[in-house]
Amino acid sequence: MKYLLLTYENEKRWENGYDPKEMEEYGKFGKEFAAEIQGGNALKATKTATTVRVRDGKRLVTDGPFAETKEQLGGFYLIEAPDLDHAIAMAGKIPAARHGSVEIRPIMTFA
Amino acid sequence: MIDLGRLYRAEWGRLLAALIRSFGDFDLAEEALQEAFAAAAAEWTAAAPENARGWLYATARHRALDRLRRERILTGKLAELARESDGDPPAADSALDLTVPDERLRLIFTCCHPALPLEAQVALTLRTVGGLTTEEIARAFLLPSVAMAQRLVRAKAKIREAGIPYADPSQADLSARTEAVMTVLYLIFNEGYAAAQGEALVRRELCAEAIRLARLLCALLRPPPSEALALLALMLLVDSRRDARTDAAGDLILLADQDRARWDRAAIAEGIDLVVRALRFGAAGPYGLEAAIAAVHAEAAVAAETDWPQIAALYRRLQEVAPSPITALNRAVAVAMAEGPATGLPLVEELAEALGDYHLWHAARADLLRRLGRRAEAAASYRRAHALARNEPERRFLARRIAECDAATSAKTET
Repeated sequence: MKYLLLTYENEKRWENGYDPKEMEEYGKFGKEFAAEIQGGNALKATKTATTVRVRDGKRLVTDGPFAETKEQLGGFYLIEAPDLDHAIAMAGKIPAARHGSVEIRPIMTFA
Repeated sequence: MIDLGRLYRAEWGRLLAALIRSFGDFDLAEEALQEAFAAAAAEWTAAAPENARGWLYATARHRALDRLRRERILTGKLAELARESDGDPPAADSALDLTVPDERLRLIFTCCHPALPLEAQVALTLRTVGGLTTEEIARAFLLPSVAMAQRLVRAKAKIREAGIPYADPSQADLSARTEAVMTVLYLIFNEGYAAAQGEALVRRELCAEAIRLARLLCALLRPPPSEALALLALMLLVDSRRDARTDAAGDLILLADQDRARWDRAAIAEGIDLVVRALRFGAAGPYGLEAAIAAVHAEAAVAAETDWPQIAALYRRLQEVAPSPITALNRAVAVAMAEGPATGLPLVEELAEALGDYHLWHAARADLLRRLGRRAEAAASYRRAHALARNEPERRFLARRIAECDAATSAKTET
């Protein structure tokens, strides 16, 4: 099954650059699960985000996501895993799981 | 006469677990097994076949394959299944050499998967492993059948959609996942025992079912973890008092006032035996300590002989292992029994903020005030407890205590 692992954490942690030790961990994670990982990226901070809505046929463009949450979407991995337990085991090894959380979503397939 | 109901309860979980394993589909397995039992009811007119379990298994597999054929999705792996068990459905008297693999542990772990909401874990475990009907579970949890059916449908859909595996957890996860299973079983037991409201009979069955499932867990896990043995012990010891804890009117009788001759001695003996086994290995966990407390109560021939200092010490350790305001309250009550209400009262009052909305906190405080002769304050606390209590027998008990305190207070003012 394909899953998306979404990492959420307080993006203020990254305001002053990346912690090299943690980056190293991400590198190790990528190597360990090279077979499962099909894609993934880190995202720039939410202040760089743009939100688009169409209402009554009119396109509205605003800045940022509005939700006042403590944790922001910071990156994702697209993985192929045999089952949820495997995905859970992987998610637990992403450093973001220690500082924030990792959401696991099965990928929808359309017949 | 064939007791199909009994066979159903005894064999449902094992048969269903094996069917899910081979067909990979909860609903299909459940429907096919349901049909096999219906066929048994129709065909076993004189006696059950020698290998009733095997007969049911073979019949259910046929039904499942028929269904798949009708739905024309018999492909690949399923064609293989068909070859294994094709041919005519078994005759009622045929000697079957069909053993049913025991896949119940997988089933239990799947039903108690932490990716499912807790209430769905409970419902699914009772339905699939326990073989309770949706209606029975709905009655036990005071929900309309339709709502309970919905809950089960959603849980099964999540298993399918999210890819929850039908498998034992990895060695690394085993202890956390076993703990999750125990939480579900203890919740089922408490739902039956602590009974917020509802039918007494259904609730008693829920306790019995929780005990049956805990027994099964201990039998399936090799070796059984000491906390699983302790959980079974705890359930047996608490449940041993079931006949003594209410009177003919259904009113609650406190532990101290129970007729101990009505305690189930066989359950107590088994429970104590299990506690001893569980505590033999290393430090006790929360279930081990709670079971030990229940065992100390069970060992007292009369309430006055209860070893309260021992119970207070066990609660203190429990508070260290699994801190909670309820445990702190229990410890305070035990201290009050061991050292007197004057020592216990401040410990109870420390918990005012945490437990101010909990009727038993007010009841415990009221009891200590009453024993200290502070009747008016006691009556006020009993009133708060009464206002917060939801369970009818408890409310009646508290109402009686209010009346006693009021009577004592007015008697005092008159003199």
